[in-house]
Formats: sequence, structure tokens, C-alpha cells
Amino acid sequence: MTETLDRLRLSRLGDDDLELLLLVRHFELKLLELYGRGELNGTTHTCLGQEYVPVSLRPLLGEHDHIFSNHRGHGHYLARFADPHGLLAEIMGREGAVCGGVGGSQHIHRDRYLSTGVQGESLPVAAGVALHLKRAEPGALACVYIGDGTWGEGAVYEALNLASLWRLPLLVVVENNGIAQSTPTTSQMAGSIAGRAAAFGVKHHLVVSTDVNEIRTSLEPLVTEVRDCRPLVVEFVTHRLGPHSKGDDIRPADAVQAARDNDWYVRYANDHPDQFHRLDRLVRAEVQAIADEVAARPLSRWEES
Amino acid sequence: MRVAENLNAALHGLLDDDPTAYVLGEDVLDPYGGAFKITKGLSMRFPGRVIGTPISEGALTGVAAGLALTGNTAVAEIMFGDFVALAFDQICNFASKSVSMYGKRLPLRMVVRCPTGGGRGYGPTHSQSMQKHFVGMPGLSLYEMSPFHDNRAVFTAMLQRGEPCLFFEDKVLYTRQMDQVDPMFRVRRDGELAVIDLEDRPDCVIIAPGGMAHRTLAAMKTLVLQQEISCRLLVPSRLYPLDVDAMLPHLGEVVLVAEESTAGGTWGGEVAHLLHERVWDRLRGPVRLVHSRASVIPTAAHLESEVLAGESTIHDAVRKALRG
Ligand SMILES: Cc1ncc(C[n+]2csc(CCOP(=O)(O)OP(=O)(O)O)c2C)c(N)n1
Repeated sequence: MTETLDRLRLSRLGDDDLELLLLVRHFELKLLELYGRGELNGTTHTCLGQEYVPVSLRPLLGEHDHIFSNHRGHGHYLARFADPHGLLAEIMGREGAVCGGVGGSQHIHRDRYLSTGVQGESLPVAAGVALHLKRAEPGALACVYIGDGTWGEGAVYEALNLASLWRLPLLVVVENNGIAQSTPTTSQMAGSIAGRAAAFGVKHHLVVSTDVNEIRTSLEPLVTEVRDCRPLVVEFVTHRLGPHSKGDDIRPADAVQAARDNDWYVRYANDHPDQFHRLDRLVRAEVQAIADEVAARPLSRWEES
Repeated sequence: MRVAENLNAALHGLLDDDPTAYVLGEDVLDPYGGAFKITKGLSMRFPGRVIGTPISEGALTGVAAGLALTGNTAVAEIMFGDFVALAFDQICNFASKSVSMYGKRLPLRMVVRCPTGGGRGYGPTHSQSMQKHFVGMPGLSLYEMSPFHDNRAVFTAMLQRGEPCLFFEDKVLYTRQMDQVDPMFRVRRDGELAVIDLEDRPDCVIIAPGGMAHRTLAAMKTLVLQQEISCRLLVPSRLYPLDVDAMLPHLGEVVLVAEESTAGGTWGGEVAHLLHERVWDRLRGPVRLVHSRASVIPTAAHLESEVLAGESTIHDAVRKALRG
């Protein structure tokens, strides 16, 4: 996305929301730093610039709802569990890791939260879960996060078809950051996400705002409809601030600049400097302490059964 | 009772006994009851738990996994086993991996049924034996239907494993009778293993999955009548992971593995390797592999029978193995 989104002032958030936003931000920045120093194994995908998506959704989703996340899922996890220690331990392979260090950054399962690293694969699974919920726990829903690039996968359409046909409580949250790894959306998607949802008779809602309060207000009635078994695609027009994974950013400078211009972090700092700086300092130090503490832990153990 | 009826009864029994059990697949609803009629009567008796799906093998397998993930028992039917290729990602990268990749064991009760094999003239894309493509996947068990294993018990065994299972059903078995065997043979069960022979010290032991059993028995009959060669047939219910230990007491110096799969990377190759590790010094020669030719499976009957392993392939392989 190259155009600038809303230039309006961001509304003031509660401290808890801002803290969570900042937690995700500093968590991700810390990961890039640790990678840079060669302290992490493998790879990771940060959600820098997109933190407000799961934070907006947080109070709209309850503990009975299932969440399916993807490769860019740290924000999704932290918004659900506020457990940076467990997540960092998972990524670093340290004691206390959510999944013993077996899954790592993109394969996490805890209670009703599950992420996996194959694009589009979780949609049919989420449809199966939604089918169960519809029967066994009416009112609960299955929420799946995917990116724009994932709309290249057939599994997405098979699942949308089922969701509409069977009237499943399925919420598809699309983080359309305009790019998939190195491929701009314009080079990989014909038509639009809205048009594709419409083809299945699935409601589509576009979110261009980065204002957490505003997004929540607009989504609340729609999420209630999902609980009533009307599937929904919510498309966030968002910006990926960082590289796809680590150090693999080949975007032209103006695309990166556009992402920076839209960054909620800078805008919120301008709009609410006192609250921002007070919490930013706090959370930054907290993440540093978490990283130090987790790095010092013994290696995780895999208790195979 | 015909094998198809036994399988149908097993599904009825499962849905009856387990209120969380679902059966889903393409065209499985009554009155049609599935392309091979295996699901007949299920949707009438258990409406809501028998689900007809669009032609979406990937999605229906994913839905089965989602149902299993939320504590249900899910049985998915792939209309022709060949199409399990479209569900490969769900099976390989999601369902089987989920059992262990999240650090602790995540039990999933799910079976994907695959009508399998040729012999019915359905041609290259509707006749394959897909077993070999799934051998060796952590968290995935492979079973094969057999006339000597009651399907209700096999389903119980599969679901008790708490991990996804593929169930291969050789289509030619559907119309055959359960437990049918020439009275000259004796049939025993040793745990999950069916043991069929004439005497205690056979000249040769043939390991074959359920779909190959009747062809092997036909070969065994002519071998004994025409050549006075006595064979023993071992039919495991679970193909992978294979319980080699259960087989050891029934083996001899000459062992063959017979299957319908086309040549190359076969299940039999895996069995031979496992046996060589355990009993190499007790064998007169390497374990012999009997399988179909390295070919697509043609449609015309005369061409198809040239490709598929059958009674005469087994017959010849046994004679060759005993000659040296
Ligand atoms: C089936 C599959 N193909 C390819 C990949 C490699 N891959 C990982 S993330 C990614 C880009 C995904 O783009 P998008 O859905 O837009 O999400 P984003 O990364 O922008 O958040 C690709 C190609 C994968 N993980 N799974």
C-alpha cells in the first residue's frame, strides 16, 4: 500500500491497550536485534506496523473462541495471552517455551490458539472447528488470520465455500499489507478480496483506520453477527514496516517510507506524547528485562510421548 | 457377509457408540450412500453427523482435522484414493504434524478412508495404490482393509492410536466375503496379524496387505496343488508403523512381500529393510518384492492385467525365490 491512510489524529487509548501495542512493538524489535546478533535459530516474521490489528480485536474475542494464526503471529499470540516470556522462550528454545521449542516462531498451540506455517492450510481446519462450535458451543467463533498473499491458495476458497454453505461462525481477518514476501499484491492478485468474498456470499468489511478505538467500534456488531453464524471477511489495509523475515527487504524506498508514514507508533507519539513516552520507556525496559531473563534460562526440553 | 457390508456396519457401529463421531465426504449421503455404497444408511440414521461435502478433498480433510482438534472423532471419505493427493498438505503438514509439533502430544482421532487399487478398469487416475506415498510420516499410521480383520475392531484400533490414520480399502474387496478362504487352509490370528497356512513349517512366507490376500491365497493353492510348495500368508492390519516383532515367530528362510503398488519406493521395500535388520542371518536370500510394474495403470482389461500384480505374479515369484 503506497497511499497514506488516515491523517486524522489517533484517539487516546487506555493504558492497557497502549501497553499491549508497545509490548508487541518492542518484542518484535528485540527479535530483530537478537537475530542480528546471531542469538536466534532459523527465521522469524515480525508484525511491525501491524500490531494494532490483533490489539483492536482483543476484547472482541473471548476465551471460548479459537484463533488460528500464521507465520506473522507474535502479535496475535501476545494479544491473546500477554505472555512474552513463553513466546520468547519458544523462539529462543529456552525453558518455559510454550511448545517446548519444537514449534518455534510459527507453530504454536496453546488452549484454543494454534498457528502453523503453511499458507492457507488453517482455513479448512478452522471451518471444521467452526462446525464443531456451531453445534457444541453456539456463540463461539473461529478466527483465522491470513495475509493478502495467502489468497493465492485454493484452500482459502474451499473453506470460504464451506463457511458460507454451512453458515459457520468463521471470522477471516486479512492483514493486507500490500506485499507477500517480495511480491506486491498488485502482481499476484486479480480482482479484489472484497470481490472474492462476494463470490461466496460472504460479507466483507474493509478497515483502513489504524485507530484502535474506531476499529473496535466498527467491528463489534460485525463480530456479533459472526457468532450468529454469519461468516465474515475483515480486510485490514495495513503496512508491513519491517522486512518479510529478517534482512530480506528489497522494497523501493518510497514503499518503505509510506509504511513509516502510516506507522501508528510515530503518529501516536505525536498525538499523545505524555502517555506515550511514559509507557514506551516502561515497556522497552520490560522487554529488555524479559529478553535477558529468558536468554539466561537453560535450553528447553522436548518431552516426546 | 461381504466386506463392504462389514465396513458399512463398522461405520454404523462407530456412529452408534461414539456420539462425537462424524463421517464426511463427497456424495456420502443417502439415498446415494457413497460412490461405493460404504456409507449407505448412515445419514438416515445419524443426520447431522454424516456430512456431504463439495468436491474439496483438501478442505474436507481439513474439516475432519478441525473436528478432531475439538475432541471429535472424524472419518473422512476420499471418493477414490487417488484424490488423497489433493489432501496431502492437510495430512502431511497439518494433521500428522500437529500430533507432535506443538511440543506435547496433541491426540487427534481421525481416519481418512481411501478406496484403493485397480482391477476394475477405472484407468490411470482412479486405480492407484497410494500407500507408498505416505510411508514414514511421523504422526501418521497406515492401515489396510482385509477380509480377515473385522472393520469395527480395526476402527477401534485406529482411533485408539490418537493420531491420524489412513485406511486403504482395496476396491475389489468390497464385493468379496469376509473370512473367505479355501478349506484346505487354516486361519489364525496372532494379535493384529492374520496367519493363513497349511502346516507348521512352510517353504515360504508371504507378507501381504489385505487387498492382496485373496490373490496370494489363490497362488498358494496352485503352488501346493501343482508344485507341492507350501506357503504361509501373513496379513497385517497396520502397514505403518509395522509391528515387525509380531511377524518374527511366523517367518521362515524364504520371505516375500506382495502388494499392488507399482514399482519404486514401495511399502514392501520398507518391510524388506526392517526384516533384513532383524533376521538377515536367518534368511536364505533377500526378501523378495512382488508389486505391479512401473507404469500407469491402463484402463483396458487386457492392458491393466499386464501391469497389476496378481495371482500369477506371486506364483512365479515364489517359484523363483525357492529355486534360488
Ligand atoms: C504454502 C506456502 N507457500 C509459501 C510459503 C512461504 N511464505 C511464507 S510467508 C509468505 C508470504 C505470505 O504473504 P501474505 O499472505 O501476504 O502474508 P504476509 O507475509 O504479508 O504477512 C510466503 C510466500 C508458505 N509458508 N506456505
